[in-house]
Amino acid sequence: MNILVCIKQVPDTKIIKVNPKTNTLDRSSAPTILNPYDAHAVEEAVRLRKEHGGKIIVLSMGPPQARLAIRKCIEIGADEGYLISDRRFAGADTLATSYALFKAIEKLKEEEGIELVLCGKHAIDGDTGQTGPGIARRMGIPPLTNVIKVEEVDLDKKLMKVRRKIENGYELIQTSLPCLLTIEKEMNEVSYSPLPNMMRAARYEPIVWTVDDLNDVDIKQLGLKGSPTIVGKMWPPEKSSGAEMIEGSTKEQVEKLLSVTYEKRELFGVKGGEKS
Amino acid sequence: MSEKFDVIVVGAGPAGTSCAYTAAQKGLKVLLIERGEYPGSKNVMGGILYRKQLEEIIPEFWHEAPIERPVVEQRFWFLDKESMVTTSYKGLEWAKEPYNNFTVLRAKFDKWFAEKAVEQGALLINETVVTECIVEDGKVVGVRTDRPDGDVYADVVVLADGVNSLLAKQLGFHKEWKPNEVALTVMEVLKLPSKTINERFNVQNNQGVSVEMFGDATHGLLGTGFIYTNKDSINVGVGTTLSSMIKKKLKPYDLLEHVKNHPMIQPYVEGGETLEYLAHLIPEGGYNTVPKLVGDGVIVTGDAAQFVNAIHREGSNMAMSSGKIAAETIAKAKETGDFSERSLDSYRTEIYDSFIGKDLKKYKDAAHTFEENPQYFQEYVPLMNQAMNTFFTVDGTPKWDKQKKIIAKMTAGRGKIGLAKDMYKAWKAVK
Ligand SMILES: Cc1cc2nc3c(=O)[nH]c(=O)nc-3n(C[C@H](O)[C@H](O)[C@H](O)COP(=O)(O)OP(=O)(O)OC[C@H]3O[C@@H](n4cnc5c(N)ncnc54)[C@H](O)[C@@H]3O)c2cc1C
Ligand SMILES: Cc1cc2nc3c(=O)[nH]c(=O)nc-3n(C[C@H](O)[C@H](O)[C@H](O)COP(=O)(O)OP(=O)(O)OC[C@H]3O[C@@H](n4cnc5c(N)ncnc54)[C@H](O)[C@@H]3O)c2cc1C
Repeated sequence: MNILVCIKQVPDTKIIKVNPKTNTLDRSSAPTILNPYDAHAVEEAVRLRKEHGGKIIVLSMGPPQARLAIRKCIEIGADEGYLISDRRFAGADTLATSYALFKAIEKLKEEEGIELVLCGKHAIDGDTGQTGPGIARRMGIPPLTNVIKVEEVDLDKKLMKVRRKIENGYELIQTSLPCLLTIEKEMNEVSYSPLPNMMRAARYEPIVWTVDDLNDVDIKQLGLKGSPTIVGKMWPPEKSSGAEMIEGSTKEQVEKLLSVTYEKRELFGVKGGEKS
Repeated sequence: MSEKFDVIVVGAGPAGTSCAYTAAQKGLKVLLIERGEYPGSKNVMGGILYRKQLEEIIPEFWHEAPIERPVVEQRFWFLDKESMVTTSYKGLEWAKEPYNNFTVLRAKFDKWFAEKAVEQGALLINETVVTECIVEDGKVVGVRTDRPDGDVYADVVVLADGVNSLLAKQLGFHKEWKPNEVALTVMEVLKLPSKTINERFNVQNNQGVSVEMFGDATHGLLGTGFIYTNKDSINVGVGTTLSSMIKKKLKPYDLLEHVKNHPMIQPYVEGGETLEYLAHLIPEGGYNTVPKLVGDGVIVTGDAAQFVNAIHREGSNMAMSSGKIAAETIAKAKETGDFSERSLDSYRTEIYDSFIGKDLKKYKDAAHTFEENPQYFQEYVPLMNQAMNTFFTVDGTPKWDKQKKIIAKMTAGRGKIGLAKDMYKAWKAVK
């Protein structure tokens, strides 16, 4: 079973700063990482390969430094990595992104069959979760979002059973193959990569394609031109108020913290209790 | 069996990266293994990078290396509680190529330096801990890492794993360092606008200052404090031997707070926002504690070999030179295919013939002398301050009487002979 995983390099949003004047993300303020959900997607592909064989290809659209995110996937165990990188892709929203990725997948399919496409649940910067379904729609295959477990794969009958996370529980669902899954973190633990993978990744050079390497591309659907999304306004979420800073020496801070915790003990479900 | 390399270098600090760079440049197949997320991610240094030794590896590196400021002035402060005696040298020849030394931030510098080694052909693996050397028939033949399928082999393993060097210890090359053989140093990187730094330290944009502080900075204990100026931050730190800290029950962080709040220092650091807080050991045992440096298929370099000249706070340069010498030794051994201790032993002799061995020897008793005789920092520094105060306070006392008073004070504690002895002892320790 050949598996294609779409992966995105994102700024580490745990660290990133927001420019207070323009309300846009200051991308230079944060290191870039592999989108965490995508790491789980590659890990799942590695597990499926162990059982069902086949090849794992990762695909990313992004600037040349997205190579580093692809190397990370090689560490986890991917076989090959493709990067589509071209100024004409820049400024893409989810519609244009899924179009570009779809065109690259079509090209890859000339070489070999792809039975399964995996995406992350969402990218931690854009956060829309639309890219995966967008690709599936263009490929004409079923998209199953928010998947937390692959229950069964039947390659002969071309069927797969998965568990999806839904609002108040989960859903067990059977689909035909090929299909596209978007992966939740609960899916698996990303394992500690073996040393040979690390060495392969350190040497690995992904295959880089530009627009010209793809077939029958409608330039109007790419990049900024192909992106109908209009950003009307951006603002940081309101800061919650009422926080009190505890200051003073370490001893004073600890004492204050203890007394506040004691006063508010009912918040923690503790009743009664005498101050000692 | 897994892939085999000519050299495996453990640790991508200045020693390891210099070794990997030089070995790869000589066409050897090199694997450089670093436990951090990237080289430098957790590495600590006050921040003075010396030009000479790096230039021998990468000529004119200052055009591309992430350096902060060339140092144009070195200040020395002898601190009492509310006063200080200072001395300094400032030279604008240090503001021009080829410069003398630079301030650097190790997280940026080490990353850049390792990238240069990769450009030379070394293979760099991050986030991987070497847990032990693989020894077969008494010979080191590779390393074991904490990763699955984590064994990897080489003709020679170079240990550049820093001050604690668990790996050299496992091989029995040295014992656990004693508390008086290492200094515990803590430092903070404080963010300040470069304009503020220029004003406070009286320098231009591309000029830096190093300040070394003695006496009250360490409550008179054996050790020093420092301030180094980066582009738009300063490094402030302080350290003493671990034995002094234990004896005085000092907490490293309290010592750093004491330094930052000292009335002579506070105006320089005021308003600085803490970007990072770092703590690290420095090997200070010097010449007498240098471990076994060479074994069959293994060489020890840098801090792991205790190559630090504590008196001149030189460590990174010794690390670089030792890494380079190790690589040259291995390249030579490769010609004959003999990687035994005997063949690699020229590393040891070259180290002892170089400035590393000579400088370590010169100061071999210094730390011990100052540790055993606390009067230098505890008494003489305050006395220097009092002498200056007496001499320069205009109160109608004739200068001749002042001089007598000063001499009387200086000799009150230990007598004229005691004073002369102390001065001789100190001179002998550093001569
Ligand atoms: C309101 C808004 C305005 C935006 N404006 C702009 C803009 O003006 N200019 C601009 O450049 N960007 C802009 N973006 C970002 C851009 O739309 C998205 O980054 C991009 O389309 C991917 O969407 P996403 O980040 O929401 O990913 P999601 O759809 O959340 O990602 C889900 C999964 O899709 C896959 N995936 C997503 N992106 C890629 C990729 N590049 N390569 C491979 N796989 C991928 C991954 O598997 C990922 O886990 C904007 C985003 C939003 C929400
Ligand atoms: C506060 C302070 C101030 C200093 N100031 C100066 C100064 O101003 N100028 C100067 O020249 N020197 C200074 N020094 C000394 C200098 O930092 C050291 O001498 C120098 O860093 C030694 O280089 P090294 O490569 O031997 O070790 P390190 O720089 O310690 O590098 C060791 C590397 O090995 C890695 N490692 C360790 N164990 C393993 C393992 N098992 N597996 C994989 N990787 C491992 C570590 O992550 C690290 O990257 C200072 C030191 C301190 C602590």
